Amino acid sequence: MRVLDILFRYVVAFLALLALWQIGAWALGPYILPAPLDVLAAWVDALRGNDLWGHIRSSAFRVATAMILAWVTAFPLGIFLGYKRRIDRFISPMVFLTYPLPKIVLLPVFLTLFGLGDLSKILLIALTTGYQILVVTRDGIRHLDGRYLESFRTLGGSPAQLIRHVLVPAALPDAMTSLKVASGTAVAVLFMAESFATQSGLGFIIMDAWGRGDQLEMFCGILSMSLLGLMVYETCHITEKLLCRWKKLETKR
Amino acid sequence: MDLTAPLRISGLGKSFGKACVLRDISFELPAGASLSIIGPSGCGKSTLLSMVAGLTKADEGHILLPENCRSAFILQDYGLFPWKTVRDNLALPLQLQGIGRKERFEAAQAMLEELGLGGLAQRYPVQLSGGQRQRVAIGRALISRPDLLLMDEPFAALDAITREHLQNQLLDVWKRRRMSFMLVTHNVAEAVFLGRYIMVLGGRPARSVLWVENPCFGDASSRNSDVYFSLIRQVHEALEAAQKNNGPDDTDSAEGGLA
Ligand SMILES: Nc1ncnc2c1ncn2[C@@H]1O[C@H](COP(=O)(O)OP(=O)(O)O)[C@@H](O)[C@H]1O
Ligand SMILES: [Mg+2]
Repeated sequence: MRVLDILFRYVVAFLALLALWQIGAWALGPYILPAPLDVLAAWVDALRGNDLWGHIRSSAFRVATAMILAWVTAFPLGIFLGYKRRIDRFISPMVFLTYPLPKIVLLPVFLTLFGLGDLSKILLIALTTGYQILVVTRDGIRHLDGRYLESFRTLGGSPAQLIRHVLVPAALPDAMTSLKVASGTAVAVLFMAESFATQSGLGFIIMDAWGRGDQLEMFCGILSMSLLGLMVYETCHITEKLLCRWKKLETKR
Repeated sequence: MDLTAPLRISGLGKSFGKACVLRDISFELPAGASLSIIGPSGCGKSTLLSMVAGLTKADEGHILLPENCRSAFILQDYGLFPWKTVRDNLALPLQLQGIGRKERFEAAQAMLEELGLGGLAQRYPVQLSGGQRQRVAIGRALISRPDLLLMDEPFAALDAITREHLQNQLLDVWKRRRMSFMLVTHNVAEAVFLGRYIMVLGGRPARSVLWVENPCFGDASSRNSDVYFSLIRQVHEALEAAQKNNGPDDTDSAEGGLA
């Protein structure tokens, strides 16, 4: 029942967007904004071949690897810094000085350091995403209700058990939300990184088609990239829901 | 292992910075007996329990637990973990001891049945009422079969009927297991109903101002007996006197304790 409800709203929203797009296409003409049905037709056509799939695979691989890498480094580090305040006092000024810096400006540096292949792109996306996860996780642990720590002490577990049974589950909801929010930035950084000095990925298709004035192919790339962003976001969202069921019950009250 | 040995506390004292909170607390609690501790707010009751549990270091004096005595502590605010289901919360002490999944879940289920919570295993703490949550906390403390159960105002947040029900349930559990327990409370009737011994703390720093034995402890019908009521009056008077002594003008607070 609720699933149908959500699905219905998505379909309505999708049709409304198509309508707006169509109006825009009429207003601007096919050289600026091709009509949605033309783009959809071209897109379905492209999906029948292998080229577009190859680019989708490259982009998906980069963004997925980067986000996993960001998670496995930033989440544990955030827990560590949040719990070990003495060490955090030295590290956090460094984090906060560099946090507002838009990591994308480091693109040329990364390309020089890590080459033109996947590594530089993955590292750059991971850096951008990881910062947000790190900061949110650290704050979550710092503001953790002291009663949970005391309660755990009465049960007499080891530090490793404390991490597993208290710190990780306590930090997880906020960290998952930050991962979800960061997924938008991750795809944006992916686009920037792929629009430059590479021959593969959706960002490459978009910029390449734009250069050749092929509006239809460009919009196929844009459509694919939007869907990739949506998939990444939804994956994070579903994982969050599965792992943090208790949190949802809490906010329902 | 000699579990018939009493719990001995002698000359116990504790200060936080300059403020001396407890001084010269001494008593002996026979194995399998219960002690109610009552006193004005902030007089150091939680601190005393925490020291007995070994979570806070005493500054002076000794706590002598029977050899191999296992203690369990129920904190003032239940201390359940919101991210774990009722069953996982209950089974956690066993899990921390490295006991296997099947065995600890069976133990948790048996404990739930014993506490009348059979159907709630898969719920999360937010989905429980205050009384149910408190029973889970008691279950979590009992599941590792402690010889000494420490409870800090366990029923304070409950309504009168739930509170009375849980008091009876605690007595039932005690009759089956015969562990010792120490219970901090604000409620005189509760102190008298649940304590074979009753200690009133008062003064600044706090010491024991009254120690009485309750001759009709454990008798469910005692709630209406004369002895019960006279004991309540006695404890109540001691508590009132302690409360008066606890005022800021009290000369006992010479140690600069504006705490
Ligand atoms: N960790 C602590 N640091 C400093 N002061 C404390 C600490 N714990 C308790 N106190 C002080 O010790 C006194 C007794 O506290 P507590 O044992 O919690 O009282 P009670 O449980 O009887 O209400 C209070 O004045 C409190 O402010
Ligand atoms: Mg207290």
